[in-house]
Amino acid sequence: MKVRYFAWMKRTVGMADEEVAPPAEVKTVGDLVVWLRGRSTGHAEALAEGAAFGAAVDQRTATFDVPIGGAREVAFFPPFTGG
Amino acid sequence: MTVRVQEGDFDVGAELDRLTKGNKRIGGLAVFVGLVREMHVREGLHRDRIDALTLEHYPGMTEKALVDIEAEANRRWPLEATLIVHRYGRMEAGDRIVLVAVGSPHREAAFEACEFLVDWLKTKAPFWKLEETPAGDKWVGAHDGDDAAAARWEKKSQ
Repeated sequence: MKVRYFAWMKRTVGMADEEVAPPAEVKTVGDLVVWLRGRSTGHAEALAEGAAFGAAVDQRTATFDVPIGGAREVAFFPPFTGG
Repeated sequence: MTVRVQEGDFDVGAELDRLTKGNKRIGGLAVFVGLVREMHVREGLHRDRIDALTLEHYPGMTEKALVDIEAEANRRWPLEATLIVHRYGRMEAGDRIVLVAVGSPHREAAFEACEFLVDWLKTKAPFWKLEETPAGDKWVGAHDGDDAAAARWEKKSQ
């Protein structure tokens, strides 16, 4: 599964995207956040509890309870500031 | 219904001509053009001017989100034509950044749907502004005002 990071999260994590293979017990977006925190201090900082960020599963906005089984792409990003 | 995400500028007149051409049921066309505004930031005792920004987006998701927002406007109002053109990349103060145009038989629906589209795309489409300041590049934080503007329309949806 591909994980992508946008805006300041990309800088904090230190990469725009990565291929990951989380274990079977990582079932939801929230599980993935917790699992990714263990990958590096950058991950832990960007995905810290209380940090303001959202997620998308296969390019659709997703809350943390959304399952990621079968997902090709999960993205994390700060609140949108377009327009 | 048209949605486009592009790096280059757009020609408002040409876009509107194309949108309404051949559709004689349109009685009113409401148009919003967003521009990059010159801004000032406080850095300690200094006030610095920001005159450029880079808009990052999420290719693929951006288009899906804009199509969803446009479809929602079409569900809520009787619209004949809708257009969203949103730019990304580096832009300077005064540059056009977004075009939203809505055609309807009557003006009320056109005005309301246009405002709805602008409010929703600000909070539901994956764009992030990076401002160029003399002290370095700075990511813009989300505006509470934008969330409140978008939330008005949540209450109206039944």
